[in-house]
Amino acid sequence: MTAPSTAEILFPTRADYYGAVANQRAGGCELCSDLCAVDYLRHPGRPLPDGVAPERFEVVVNLLSLSARRRVRLRVQVPESDPVVPSLFDLYPGTDAMEREVFDLMGIRFAGHPDLTRILMPDDWEGHPLRKDYGVGRVPVQFKEAPGPR
Amino acid sequence: MSDDLSVATGTWDPKETSEGTQETFRDARSAVLRLPESEGKDAGQIDIERGDDDTMIINMGPQHPSTHGVLRLMLELDGEVVVRTKPIIGYLHTGMEKTAEELTYVQGATNVTRMDYLSPLHNELCFSLAVEALLGVELPARAVWVRMLLAELDRLCSHLMWMATNGMDLGSTSMMIYGFREREMVLNFYEKTTGLRMNHNFIRPGGTAADLPDGWEDDIEVICDTILARSYEYDELLTGQPIFRERTEGVGAITAEQALALSATGPILRSTGVPWDLRRTMPYLAYDQVEFDVIVGTYGDNFDRYSIRLNEIRESIRILRQVRDAMPLGDYRVQDRKVTPPPRGRIDESMEALIHHFKVFTEGFRVPEGEVYMTVESPRGELGCYLVSDGSSKPYRLHVRGPSFVNLQSLPHLLQGGLVADAVAVISSVDPVMGEVDR
Repeated sequence: MTAPSTAEILFPTRADYYGAVANQRAGGCELCSDLCAVDYLRHPGRPLPDGVAPERFEVVVNLLSLSARRRVRLRVQVPESDPVVPSLFDLYPGTDAMEREVFDLMGIRFAGHPDLTRILMPDDWEGHPLRKDYGVGRVPVQFKEAPGPR
Repeated sequence: MSDDLSVATGTWDPKETSEGTQETFRDARSAVLRLPESEGKDAGQIDIERGDDDTMIINMGPQHPSTHGVLRLMLELDGEVVVRTKPIIGYLHTGMEKTAEELTYVQGATNVTRMDYLSPLHNELCFSLAVEALLGVELPARAVWVRMLLAELDRLCSHLMWMATNGMDLGSTSMMIYGFREREMVLNFYEKTTGLRMNHNFIRPGGTAADLPDGWEDDIEVICDTILARSYEYDELLTGQPIFRERTEGVGAITAEQALALSATGPILRSTGVPWDLRRTMPYLAYDQVEFDVIVGTYGDNFDRYSIRLNEIRESIRILRQVRDAMPLGDYRVQDRKVTPPPRGRIDESMEALIHHFKVFTEGFRVPEGEVYMTVESPRGELGCYLVSDGSSKPYRLHVRGPSFVNLQSLPHLLQGGLVADAVAVISSVDPVMGEVDR
């Protein structure tokens, strides 16, 4: 049995991120299978290779090469003070919804995205629910006509 | 919003982008309607005297019966032709990824199984494989083959459901009845095996919850024979029928280049002729030990996607028969006491076993620190699970790459230039499950 979890993992800096993805695209990764983000607020001491300074957020991009049958994972450190990374929309238009989801739930902005609006939460929602400092159950249940607590 | 483009350009020269990408990129902007909802107007406010715009924006959904749940589309129409589309989602968002961070790995499968509720076992499978990859446990052979049996039944079940609803969307009520009738056979087998018809929590980290029931071989035999025979009845009912072909051939076509750029996987990608099926190209479980064909289309239209799903039903039956014959004996879950609770019988005779059992189900087990991205081929495409562990008994972060969520992006491109009457058929052929889209 083969383990499909094996992937090459790269740690580009934020300035190299777009270029690194573009290089992978030129190197045969035809499809961007996933883009998500992790908030490492409560787990700052995660293992990282030498030379990579941990930041609060990490954007994780999983690329797939159909021709070479391999996966590449890029993990980019994004600081809390300026949570902006370039959008991959020009390289992979399929990241459109994924970047909107990350923006919506994690509050990371993607410079150059054509329509960076909330996708899952209502437009007037405040805060980004998947952040670790966004409490669970903080929002009261919104039944307009419900009677008060008995 | 900060548009710091000095970050965006980096060290890479944009001239290197191939012509094809730029083509797709422009296309991506033109098919997708990017209009904020706040710009929508009530019927009374529309200036009907204005003559410079010929298009009209109408809403479809979220409570439209053919949107397969709560999908809402804003369609920009020029007469009867769809120009641009904006899919609006989120009506079913319940924060399942956030919930997953509060549940232990033992409880986690109950959460993920509710995402794609038409193929729940694939969600459990993907989650369990990810947890096992971090744990580094080696599954016993029987657990692998039981999982494969269930995964193929799941595909059968999901495609039958799709045949039913697609038939319904195109006006064939008989197909709807037939599809649900056949699916019922599989659901009855599920009920016998897992105790539930949906949301099973049967595939768990470390194996499965129980062994297959007595006489499962006969049940599989009946399911395979009946559904295979009936799949040829579907051919008579739909495949050769002129009305059905008129409504599906050439409708909602997409090219391979577009599908790849939009990250579409599953039947959408295969309908364009790209033979990409993770069971074959990146085998998991024991798919490298069974024989099956990867079905591909040519034109990328609705009819190709229909044929792919119909033929995948037959391929699943082929795999099911091989699994039935090759099913090894042995444990159905790993005998690692760190992951698997002691057997029920031991609890009555040993205090330690009772405590151990209690601990596994209350605290759960600890998973080594690390991160993994695991994928399986669900009936809708690549189902991915990105799991980050901080060494505790709960996932630090669980992200599910729902194939429906990503495939939904190709919908505006499939609809563009088509008739609004075909919109229902095109939505159906994308096969979105809103539970997975919104999570």
